[in-house]
Amino acid sequence: MPTSKRRKAKIQVRDLTMRYGDKLIQQNLNFDILERDVFIIMGGSGCGKSTLLKHLIGLYMPAKGQILLDRQDIWTVPPSQREALLRHFGVTYQAGALISSMTLAENIAMPLEMYTQLSTGEIADLVELKLSLVGLAGFQEYYPSEISGGMLKRASLARAIALDPDVLFFDEPSAGLDPISSRRLDDLILQLNESLCATIVVVTHELASIFAIGNNAIFLDAKSKTMIANGHPRDLLDNSTDQRVQRFLRRQASE
Amino acid sequence: MTKTISQFSCHANGRQFQIDLLGSWDKENGVPQALSVFAKIPAGTNKLLVSGEQLGAWDSSLVSFLLQIHLEAERRHWQVEYQRVPQGVGQLLQLALAVPESRVPHQEPPHTFAENLGFQSIVIWRVVNDFISFIGELTAASGRFWRGQARYRKVDFWWLVQDAGPHSLPIVTLISLLIGMILAFVGAVQLERFGASIFVANLVGLAMAREMSSMMTAIIMAGRTGAAYAAQLGSMQVNEEIDGLKTMGVSPMEFLVIPRMLALVLMMPLLTIYANLMGMLGGAIVSITMLDVSWSQFVGQLVGSVSLKHFVIGLVKSVLFAVVVAMSGCFTGLRSARSATAVGQATTSAVVLGIVLIIVTDSLVTIATTILDI
Repeated sequence: MPTSKRRKAKIQVRDLTMRYGDKLIQQNLNFDILERDVFIIMGGSGCGKSTLLKHLIGLYMPAKGQILLDRQDIWTVPPSQREALLRHFGVTYQAGALISSMTLAENIAMPLEMYTQLSTGEIADLVELKLSLVGLAGFQEYYPSEISGGMLKRASLARAIALDPDVLFFDEPSAGLDPISSRRLDDLILQLNESLCATIVVVTHELASIFAIGNNAIFLDAKSKTMIANGHPRDLLDNSTDQRVQRFLRRQASE
Repeated sequence: MTKTISQFSCHANGRQFQIDLLGSWDKENGVPQALSVFAKIPAGTNKLLVSGEQLGAWDSSLVSFLLQIHLEAERRHWQVEYQRVPQGVGQLLQLALAVPESRVPHQEPPHTFAENLGFQSIVIWRVVNDFISFIGELTAASGRFWRGQARYRKVDFWWLVQDAGPHSLPIVTLISLLIGMILAFVGAVQLERFGASIFVANLVGLAMAREMSSMMTAIIMAGRTGAAYAAQLGSMQVNEEIDGLKTMGVSPMEFLVIPRMLALVLMMPLLTIYANLMGMLGGAIVSITMLDVSWSQFVGQLVGSVSLKHFVIGLVKSVLFAVVVAMSGCFTGLRSARSATAVGQATTSAVVLGIVLIIVTDSLVTIATTILDI
């Protein structure tokens, strides 16, 4: 990926500690996500990847530390401004998270109806565009329960890009998908990264995806409860001296 | 069919203790307790030899037996050697003995009375805390709603109204009619002795208008609609739909709770008026068929004895009940954890909390009206 120009940091995480009640999830997280990065959050099951994602998108409040979006702390700005900040985000959840009582078109139209002054016709056109971008043209009137898992994720992606966000988050995009659908989703992520100039943050533990799309990554460790590597996945594979990172990236079972 | 009993023979040989596995080992024949073997081992032994030379058919019951032996021997720092044990058994044992990298200790549930008391108190304290902040958020969201700033879908709202109102009519009809008839029966038995059967109309009218119709409707709605709300919001929580809404900057309070509450607040008084009519009709049916009261006598007596005040009190209560039913349904639903069991629990507690709050509210209103003398 061309990185000739020096890119600005889009999201900065400073000294972040995450907890669920009394339970420590991760601590001392420090990393930058640059503009137009495809940033991978990886690590074994249960290490807190999804929790980190939910902190990044402002759903959970950090126990300690800061999350800065364009150099603004998303938790110290007043609530009204925070809502505006968070509108720069599009999120695709693990299970899709589309509202089950609404059709795909209604789901995708919702953010447009809420935050823009567009007419019904204009919104319908935009919905059609977003659905065709993810390869689901013609599925407007389907309900989330009527389509397959892979389609659900793509529909969820269509909703995430409804407002043309600067940052797109994916929680386990390839979970539960067959290799081909998973590959297609990866390609789609890369295309959106290039054409929308969006920064992309992906939580995953699929090695194929990590190497195919990622150009920056952090590795979270469940045992030491902090990040133990940061860099381009290929660099980590070639140069990391940490056994845990090597084992993960080379798919080796522990001895 | 003869059953071979799973067995083994053993003998000591210096510091070594040999176990010979004999015949077939399977679950049908049962598995000997591994510890019973250790009871037979003489002191001073430091090595176990397991021989599979005379072993017949086997299944996982053998592996489980050997695993217990192996673990116990390891605890005693003895050596274990396997001789002519089938390859499959050896592989399964190895797999079972491969210790995962780390064992995270499972949080122990409280044991003693004091621990339990403390644990439960914390849980209750959290629920109360959450409920108070729920009421706070709801009030704030209502404020935005009245200023016309709340984000919700009109379609959803009308669908909820349809569900809470017209769709509840059949069950409200049945229950209210029966309640009216029961009240009339009970009253009739007593009043007939004094030749005062006409006063059944007063009894039924007053009880329905002031108390029964609003309360019974509320209890029906807690079981029907409150539970549905908890299940809907609970499964939305499971599917991350609520998270999805929040990331789009849509408040679940405005989008989900306000329309539900509004639908109930609009529909419950109407249902209560309807329940009043049905209950009184039930009373009339009993009076006319059992006691020699005519239709016009009954209506005349009813109109003369039950003043508008009682109806108004019933209606005010029904609005309060609508608020508590919607609140308990939505609160438990939103608070649900992310599993199928949790949604079930949320639904149960929605109904329980709803009914408790209905009765408590009713008592408070009764106390208030008594003090105010209305």
